[in-house]
Amino acid sequence: MVRFLLRRVLQGVVVLWLITMAVFALFYIAPNDVARTLAGRQASPETIALISHRLGLDQPIWKQYLDFVWRALHGDLGYDYYHQVPVTTIMGAALPVTASLVLGAAVIWVGLGVTNGVLSAVRPRSVTDRSLTVFSLFFYSMPSFLLGLVLLYFLYYQLTLHGLAVLPAGGYSPLAGGLGTWLQHLLLPWFTLALVQAATYTRLTRGSMLDVLGEDYVRTARSKGISERRVVVRHALRSALTPVVTQFGIDVAGLLGGAIVTEQVFSLPGLGKTAVDAINQQDLPVIIGIVLFASTAVVVANIAVDAVYAVLDPRVRLH
Amino acid sequence: MTIDQDPRTVPDDVEPTSSPPGTGRRIEGRSPWALAWQRLRRDRVAMASLGVIVLVVLVAVFAPVVAAVTGHPPNEQFRETGLSPQGLPVAPNGEFWFGTDDLGRDVLVRIAYGARVSLLVGVVATALTVAIGVVVGIVAGFVGGVVDTVLARLVDIVLSMPFLLVALALVSITGPSLTVTIVVIGFFSWAAVARIVRGQVISLREREFVEAARSLGASDRRIMFVDVLPNVLAPVIVYTSLLVPIVILTEASLSFLGLGLAPPTPDWGGMINEATNYYTTSWWFVFFPGLALLVTTLAFNLFGDGVRDAFDPRSDRLIGH
Repeated sequence: MVRFLLRRVLQGVVVLWLITMAVFALFYIAPNDVARTLAGRQASPETIALISHRLGLDQPIWKQYLDFVWRALHGDLGYDYYHQVPVTTIMGAALPVTASLVLGAAVIWVGLGVTNGVLSAVRPRSVTDRSLTVFSLFFYSMPSFLLGLVLLYFLYYQLTLHGLAVLPAGGYSPLAGGLGTWLQHLLLPWFTLALVQAATYTRLTRGSMLDVLGEDYVRTARSKGISERRVVVRHALRSALTPVVTQFGIDVAGLLGGAIVTEQVFSLPGLGKTAVDAINQQDLPVIIGIVLFASTAVVVANIAVDAVYAVLDPRVRLH
Repeated sequence: MTIDQDPRTVPDDVEPTSSPPGTGRRIEGRSPWALAWQRLRRDRVAMASLGVIVLVVLVAVFAPVVAAVTGHPPNEQFRETGLSPQGLPVAPNGEFWFGTDDLGRDVLVRIAYGARVSLLVGVVATALTVAIGVVVGIVAGFVGGVVDTVLARLVDIVLSMPFLLVALALVSITGPSLTVTIVVIGFFSWAAVARIVRGQVISLREREFVEAARSLGASDRRIMFVDVLPNVLAPVIVYTSLLVPIVILTEASLSFLGLGLAPPTPDWGGMINEATNYYTTSWWFVFFPGLALLVTTLAFNLFGDGVRDAFDPRSDRLIGH
């Protein structure tokens, strides 16, 4: 188990190292005129060169890369070009927003997805199964920005128009500012993200439950006279959830790097929106910081999922 | 599978029990492809979805006709008739069936032209994705060894990158264009295909027919692409059909985030992006492009489900017949 984990961690480090190189090469080789933008339109070439020098942009790219890696290993991701704020500070401010969004939505999508999947699988081809299937395919095909706007139109605009100003049009209110306003600001974003995600989990749970319900040990459990509910929940669901756990780890990690579209629709200042703003300004240190964080989240989640898998299913460990 | 009992195909004068080959009941050797196609054709939901897809294709092809009939070119701004006195979009009426956008352009005509972008990107980027994925997957699985290790790490890297984020950053560097959108989507999506194909090839590699081909003196390249490739096509086709709607949504998301095609090219995601500031006053501006996008992706998803079922009748069926 320890050797298995060690090998996976090593592979993960290599992957991350290669990603930093790829991203660095991508952004720093591309022509960028940050120094010119910062200097203003009337700046002399000397001023531009000075700014370039201050940002370290006049160094050879390999030196910039080594500096970057060296500082990153010490927990320093550099400063943003425009306000000289440490990138880690910017990300530290954005992360709670994204985390609130993703974790809250995750509770809803797993609950909804797994429940619907089980209900579908218990009676395949029934009316319930088909309606739930149509429901999930509908949301699976729905672009999240469209769903966000639809929810905003009915639950913010129409409600407010009719004197029920319950939900805001967007923005974020930190948890420290009160549980109520935090919930108010996140309710619509949560459902936007969750309804689209839940569809995958319904399909996954349904398929995996159908497989497991056909297994011999489920028949054995039934023949022992255990109630159907107990067979489904205690015996079948438990092992049917393994692929769901995998998917969950990967999805949450992928979204922690920023639920870009949802954050954009609801003006949530999370990592995704911060990244998009940085991209529009060519603020390279911020972009690279967020890309690096997002990739790390995915790599760590993959290792964690493998480890959980190995605990849940000892057969995996041999490979 | 029941034997075809259609009286037209069974000549009356033939004994059904002892008919020599070539006469009597049609008991043809049907290839798996023919069987899959037959199952797909019987699937009413899949066929209806295919009908919708054909309809969207027709709209895209005949977009200039839509423009001619309405008399509204896609990028023309009708400042007099297409904007209210307050400068807001005009609601659907006799002249603008789907209303106008914030610049007084005809939403209907722009949706018709936008279908071209969605379909083109959906098809071409998917083809690119699958082509790269299949080649990498076959080579990694068949050659094995160091090549496999290197390609597997490459797959890991691509799958660990935050796709939308890096795609956005790339587009911002190169500037938006149709080619860039297609290449970016293809570049980040092939890894999943490669992973599926590699798994299949590893088990196929040890089979007798590969050994037979090798003993006949076939080169590695010939074995990979003539002998092994046809055997991995079924899962690839299923994956491809389910990939098209994902690619269409990705393109729309890029455009929604302002990095799709350069304006004023009509594009569904871009239209919805322009509409976000007007959703309270001009519902049609969001509704019609959104509906077009939703109907198209839904049709592709339902069709893809049918394709999956046709290739594997035991698969996790979603919509009943």
